[in-house]
Amino acid sequence: MNKARVTSAIRFQVVILGLLALFALGIVLNANTGTVNIPALKVFDIIFNGADAGSMESNIIWKIRLPRLLTAAVLGGALSVSGFLLQTFFRNPIAGPFVLGISSGAKMIVGFVIIFVVGAYGTIPPYLMVLAAFIGSMLIMGLVLFFSRHTKSMPMLLVIGIMVGYICSAITNFFITFAKDQDIANLTSWSMGSFSGAAWGNLGIICAIVGLSLLLSLFLSKPMDAYRLGEGYAKSMGINIRLFRAALIVVSSVLSACVTAFAGPISFVGIAVPQIAKLLIKSGKPLVVIPACFLCGAVFCMFCDLIARTAFAPTELAIGTVTSLFGAPVVIAMMISRKRQRT
Amino acid sequence: MSMQIETKKLTVGYGGKPLISGINLGVEKGKIVTLIGPNGSGKSTILKTITRHLERIAGVVMVDNRSIHQWNNKELAQRMSVMLTERVAPDLMTCFEVVSLGRYPYTNAFGRLTPQDEDIVMDSLRMVRAEELADHLFTQISDGQRQRILLARALCQQPEVLVLDEPTSYLDIRHKIELLDILRSLASRKQVAVLLSLHEIDLAAKISDWLICVQGDSIQLSGLPDQVFTDAQMKALYNLQTGSYNTLFGSVELSPPPGEPSAFILAGNGMGIPLFRLMQKHGLSFTTGILFENDVDFQVANALAHQVVSAPAFSLVDDVHILQAKQMIDRSPLFVHAGTPIGQQNIRCLELTEYAQSIGKRMLSKDAFLIGMDEAYKGGKR
Repeated sequence: MNKARVTSAIRFQVVILGLLALFALGIVLNANTGTVNIPALKVFDIIFNGADAGSMESNIIWKIRLPRLLTAAVLGGALSVSGFLLQTFFRNPIAGPFVLGISSGAKMIVGFVIIFVVGAYGTIPPYLMVLAAFIGSMLIMGLVLFFSRHTKSMPMLLVIGIMVGYICSAITNFFITFAKDQDIANLTSWSMGSFSGAAWGNLGIICAIVGLSLLLSLFLSKPMDAYRLGEGYAKSMGINIRLFRAALIVVSSVLSACVTAFAGPISFVGIAVPQIAKLLIKSGKPLVVIPACFLCGAVFCMFCDLIARTAFAPTELAIGTVTSLFGAPVVIAMMISRKRQRT
Repeated sequence: MSMQIETKKLTVGYGGKPLISGINLGVEKGKIVTLIGPNGSGKSTILKTITRHLERIAGVVMVDNRSIHQWNNKELAQRMSVMLTERVAPDLMTCFEVVSLGRYPYTNAFGRLTPQDEDIVMDSLRMVRAEELADHLFTQISDGQRQRILLARALCQQPEVLVLDEPTSYLDIRHKIELLDILRSLASRKQVAVLLSLHEIDLAAKISDWLICVQGDSIQLSGLPDQVFTDAQMKALYNLQTGSYNTLFGSVELSPPPGEPSAFILAGNGMGIPLFRLMQKHGLSFTTGILFENDVDFQVANALAHQVVSAPAFSLVDDVHILQAKQMIDRSPLFVHAGTPIGQQNIRCLELTEYAQSIGKRMLSKDAFLIGMDEAYKGGKR
């Protein structure tokens, strides 16, 4: 092992430790800030010692803040990893669930459910919304995957994804024409995303889905590494390209569908965070990018949610508002610096 | 000796449509076999079929005495590695990492490199003389260095067969030579069977043990470089209708300018070549003499001049040559002296200078001629 490779290994460890520290800070800040401020020490006491069980503070932390901050963390991480997988698949740094029309697909089905099912039956159970968003996401991903069998060009596929997104938006707008104002407001608030619906029960499901997908993506990291040299080289090293690409796209769509289902479409995390993570560890090796990306996304979303909750309290901002505000400039900066690096 | 890689009655093409059929080729250990042929002739198609990037239409490809379709992906990758034409630009990837991907068919599920693997990576880098590039980002090195790194990656796969599709494209002449040099020494040192396609036929002749000419719907010709590499064969292979190819020099000459000669050039000893080329550039026909057939001027004059007076190598200029040359001088409005030294063999060339003077021909020295051409063209007129 030479010096440069040792340095980069140390760099990775430092970044991971730093992110873990930020993660811990995020937990504390998220747990103690809000309409009711709870001192950090008391937060510790409540979480680790189960102090004051049954008190208002304990209830706020255990029933509201803790599930919410953990949901934000897990889904944020999931979204980032999903973005990274899609960028690998499309070999394009701006690929993400938003760009590919996955979010538009989810919105279309959710819109359909809100406008027609709720319109007919009055209310729907929350799991139906989750299911609708999941079906919408997978539907579009399936469509993009179907087209990928007919074109080998990744930029072309990206364009197809964007076009499909437009079609979905058009259909959603068509639904909206027949909707009541209340339904439109519901759909709009859903489509900006929020972690406010977090609960322990959902968190369990989320952790199971995300955990499994994350494990699978780690097993995909070896072929992903080879895939960075392009399909031709990857194939020559013994990778079954068709199988690999299918696995990659399925894992990434399950991840982003899961996020969209439980928190609505959240923009820019999937594009911005993988880039930040790669720049932090100064490596593009999937085996190290995936964990760094997950942690980075978790921290990013926890802090964005903190801002969303507290910036204009008691009014809560949509999470998409905050992530876009911070994410978009990152993407722009990244594009410019990338261009400078190449020339 | 047995073939490391061999094709039997292979038919290749795209989308089920045969392009080239009946391909029988083979490469032994430590040998280099090169496919040459014009653009679009199907060199890449053949190579891509052999490396399984394209489906074969008929026939078999044998690697290590077994069909490539009988090996599983990993087994084949341990026996055959490739260098492709596709441009790669991996994000934040060091050259070491690029080369280490060659260990892909050998490493565990997470691609962890053992110390032995790392040694092989460094060895491969050393072999292409690129050790110092190990920690550089692949996207930040030059084209020549990139090709070397990609070659190192292919080596790192420890193949028995190495397939390279036009490895010298994008490279300048120095890097072309460097890369092919490495390839040559590698084939013999590592006993790898190398199959490649090349654009540069002159280099192909020099590096290859066997040449295969691809043109039309079958293999037109194959053989030892000396057998394949003749002026006529090259002219036919590339369908050269204007211009010519000099296999001796491996250089390309354009076609001779049409029309009546506008100058007679007294040349020899290589002094005539710049003048010949200048005349050609300006589209001016010329005659030249008296050249010995072992003179470099003779090779180029043959390609470019309207007519050449030549004498056999190591002989003396005789009356017939003088007569022919005088006739040429008569027909040309200008007599140019290329500055060729006069020695015992060509002493009689002095008679030509005297003759031109005696009939009042317009005469120019080489320098005066060059300046004159320059000015005439600056003025925008002939």
